[in-house]
Amino acid sequence: MDQKVVVVTLLGMAVVTYVPRLLPLWVLSSRTLPPPVVTWLRYVPVAVLAAMLFPSLVVSDQHLNLSIGNIFLWGAIPAFLMAWKTRSLFGAVAAGMLTVAVFRLMGAA
Amino acid sequence: MPIWLGYISVGFAYGVLAQKAGLSMLTAILMSVIVYAGSAQLIAVGLFAAGASAASIILTTFVVNLRHLLMSAAVSPHLKEWTKPQLVAFAFELTDETFVLHSSRFVTGDPLKTETFAINISSQCSWILGTWLGFAVGQVIMDVRLFALDYALPAMFIALLVLQIRDRVQVVVAILSGLLAVGLVLLGVGQWTAIIATISGATIGMVLEQWIKR
Repeated sequence: MDQKVVVVTLLGMAVVTYVPRLLPLWVLSSRTLPPPVVTWLRYVPVAVLAAMLFPSLVVSDQHLNLSIGNIFLWGAIPAFLMAWKTRSLFGAVAAGMLTVAVFRLMGAA
Repeated sequence: MPIWLGYISVGFAYGVLAQKAGLSMLTAILMSVIVYAGSAQLIAVGLFAAGASAASIILTTFVVNLRHLLMSAAVSPHLKEWTKPQLVAFAFELTDETFVLHSSRFVTGDPLKTETFAINISSQCSWILGTWLGFAVGQVIMDVRLFALDYALPAMFIALLVLQIRDRVQVVVAILSGLLAVGLVLLGVGQWTAIIATISGATIGMVLEQWIKR
């Protein structure tokens, strides 16, 4: 692959990634937002995480997979319990990955 | 900080895939330095591998990362006292994970700048370290799936979501925006999914909260 083309692409990616990260902070942090907007913004973290997470667990190749052979769903159980009970981010990630790895070694998928 | 371990493992997965896609060690690491966006980088290497054009890779990155608009807006009320150069530096390292971490830190009080920047810089360093390790190992190993590296990102999202939730309205918002996102993906909405589902979810949360207060 031509690495010069890659570098040009990366520069473009960097710009389109950085502008949305900076713009609202730049414009909004110097003013006071109306209370409903602040309330709305408080729900963004939970909403965005769930929106990224759910499809990654149950959709593969544009198809819903809720079967018993879906090891990503099985991995979600120990990850969820670990996060809930221990509040440990690393513990949860490790538990989830370990479960998926073990299922794969057993030949589940 | 567990976020480092999460970033090393997801960065590792990215590094392996970048190597498989035909990027050089230098360009793979350059992407982690100047773009620094987990899911977009994973999608981009997939597109590089498929021989997509520069324009389509940049456009996809833009759409995938548009959700940062919402995150940047969401932290803005907490950073009123910050100078513009500090905001410029902070915004560069605003990712899903650091955003969630900072949102829970910021609500409990005045955000300490040194601690905030320490978290951001160390997180990106772990991301770059993971990239480098992954690229090096990618030259040796064949199958990423064997190590469940492709599960690092979903597992991290699960943990962050659980740590973020404090009340019932948030549970409702999480479930509804998650289900909506699944529906949108199945309908073929593609890269816009996260943005549409987030806007809808946050709106439901706001409406529910106002309604409960009455």
